[in-house]
Amino acid sequence: MTDEIMAPDSIAGVGQGDVAADTLVRVNDLVKHFPINKGIFFRKQVGAVQAVSGVSFEIKKGETLGLVGESGCGKSTTARCVLRLIEPTSGRVLYRAETAGTAGKRTEIIDIASADKDTLRRLRRDMQIVFQDPYASLNPRMTVASIIAEPLVVHGIGDRAERIDRVKELLKVVGLNPEHTNRYPHEFSGGQRQRIGVARALALNPTFMVLDEPVSALDVSIQAQVLNLMEDLQNEFDLTYLFIAHDLSVVRHACDRVAVMYLGRIAEMADRAALYERPMHPYTHALMSAVPIPDPGKEKARRRIILEGDIPSPINPPSGCRFHTRCSRAEFPLCSDEEPHLREIEPGHWVACHFPEVKQVV
Amino acid sequence: MATNTVLLQVNNLRTYFSTEEGIVRAVDGISFTIHEGERFGVVGESGSGKSVSALSIMRLIEPPAGNIATGEIIYKGRNLLELDDESMRRVRGGEIAMIFQDPMTALNPVYTVGNQLIETITLHQRVSKDEAFDIGVSALNDVQIPNPKERMKDYPHQLSGGMRQRVMIAMGLSCNPSLLIADEPTTALDVTTQAQILDLMLHLAEDRDTAVMLITHDLGVVAGFCDTIQVMYGGRLAERGTTDEIFSETYHPYTGGLLGAMTRLDEVRAERLYSIKGAPPSLINPGIGCRFAARCDFVTERCHKETPLPREISPNHWAACHYAPDLDLARVKREEAVG
Repeated sequence: MTDEIMAPDSIAGVGQGDVAADTLVRVNDLVKHFPINKGIFFRKQVGAVQAVSGVSFEIKKGETLGLVGESGCGKSTTARCVLRLIEPTSGRVLYRAETAGTAGKRTEIIDIASADKDTLRRLRRDMQIVFQDPYASLNPRMTVASIIAEPLVVHGIGDRAERIDRVKELLKVVGLNPEHTNRYPHEFSGGQRQRIGVARALALNPTFMVLDEPVSALDVSIQAQVLNLMEDLQNEFDLTYLFIAHDLSVVRHACDRVAVMYLGRIAEMADRAALYERPMHPYTHALMSAVPIPDPGKEKARRRIILEGDIPSPINPPSGCRFHTRCSRAEFPLCSDEEPHLREIEPGHWVACHFPEVKQVV
Repeated sequence: MATNTVLLQVNNLRTYFSTEEGIVRAVDGISFTIHEGERFGVVGESGSGKSVSALSIMRLIEPPAGNIATGEIIYKGRNLLELDDESMRRVRGGEIAMIFQDPMTALNPVYTVGNQLIETITLHQRVSKDEAFDIGVSALNDVQIPNPKERMKDYPHQLSGGMRQRVMIAMGLSCNPSLLIADEPTTALDVTTQAQILDLMLHLAEDRDTAVMLITHDLGVVAGFCDTIQVMYGGRLAERGTTDEIFSETYHPYTGGLLGAMTRLDEVRAERLYSIKGAPPSLINPGIGCRFAARCDFVTERCHKETPLPREISPNHWAACHYAPDLDLARVKREEAVG
């Protein structure tokens, strides 16, 4: 896309008018299929893993959107497509970029999914990611200073001395000792490493951050420290988060709005309060009822919905509603024939089910 | 249901590992009792000694790397630490079975599920291979694996994570042990699969009166599953009591902190979670005093100088804190938090 302000409808079908002023990211019908190839000399595609099959959502400025689901539901793939760390098969990822130009601030809507290399490179300063595993995401042979300064080097910001100052400042911001710049990742605990990952993500003053299971690998007491830190940083630097997680209780704490994914599609999406107090999709019910509550009284009183079997393969997903093979409410042939679309059942509460129904499961 | 008959009694167990940096006191003097049919939860973070205490019971700590320095492990009246290897092998699997967190590493990838089940069964029961096959099929059937006869021919990689853990449970229970030790059995699984597996374990243990020692880092899991909970910290006991009391009448600041630090499905907590400051202690030369002292909000000078011994503060409710039960933990537990 160009550096100019987009005229309405300059991207076919989607103009600036379609992206509300308070929206930072808008994902339209995102699809990602990973091809399965066979043969050594004559490789041919024999199928595809349909990791993400038509996902649409918006992220408002300054909010935290939670993307939650079980392994293989496509939540991480979605996030990586949003940042274009992998190439989406189709769909749009519209991003509201603000650049300070000669004539003051300019706003432009850029389609990340089709942006060229230079535009992407410019945008990457604005969008960062924190990964799940603080052991795997830091190069063990680099010092903390070179890890955190790397984005600055890549984008050619500052000289050596300025970068060291920035690194020290960032270490302080994430609650680490600024004197520890010359240490290596193995000298830090899991929680501290995650802070290093956060400092690296903050180095370029981003607007938008993808947090891909940022606390899943941490112990409870450390998890709380990192969650508190992420919240402080959001307030301090006015950050917008896309928070990927499998833990519904972490999401309830950390997110303003939540989208529940199942087999590459969004099953339900709503504000935090609506989703947890009035969940409507049978999969959301099952998922919530499976999460244990640290309260013996409540645990004894609860009736757990036990789902039958395993999650079907995304290579050959079920017809119609993808959840119909495990759903207690499924009615045939409707649910096995017709794909339920994501509908707005109440204001801001979207459900993809033919028979949505509020159910108390907490 | 838990009875009053003692099944396993661990007295003053100390398991140390020697490393280049020094001796790691992974388990440093813990004592507890598990009754027949009891569901005993052990909760703690990484490095709290919960897994090592389980491995010590199974005598799976191999010298010279690690050794059980002192202690007694009395199972049905016999001290397991004094058994010869042959008798211990009969206890392992036959009397006490163990299932692990990662079923992919616990199962042998080059043998079929059937092979491994039959091996376990013929090791502990005097049956022919054909009979063992039938016992194996019915064990798979008990853990609700569809088409068990077909699955006997499968290799572990052909099964999903949940199915593999079911195989492990089937294997563990195939010889009707009196005690099943489950070390983080659901940590590697998705929540809905976790619910399936816990539900299954609960029912199987109940049907067979098998006592279960469930090791986990998740206070939510033990809340619904266990009769008794033991909270460990830094290789020692922090607190032990009935499940209800651990949650409602918490004595130890660490237990309180864990409860306050947890995110919850059923309520929105205060803006900020309670965070236990710092990180767990090194267990190399931990020195004297309370191991939680450096992270405790209620710490006094006494805590650094004097090791708190576990005391039975109210019937069957133990805590290792100088100031239990007089601390006001409501602030730490974030009980006031609603919204």
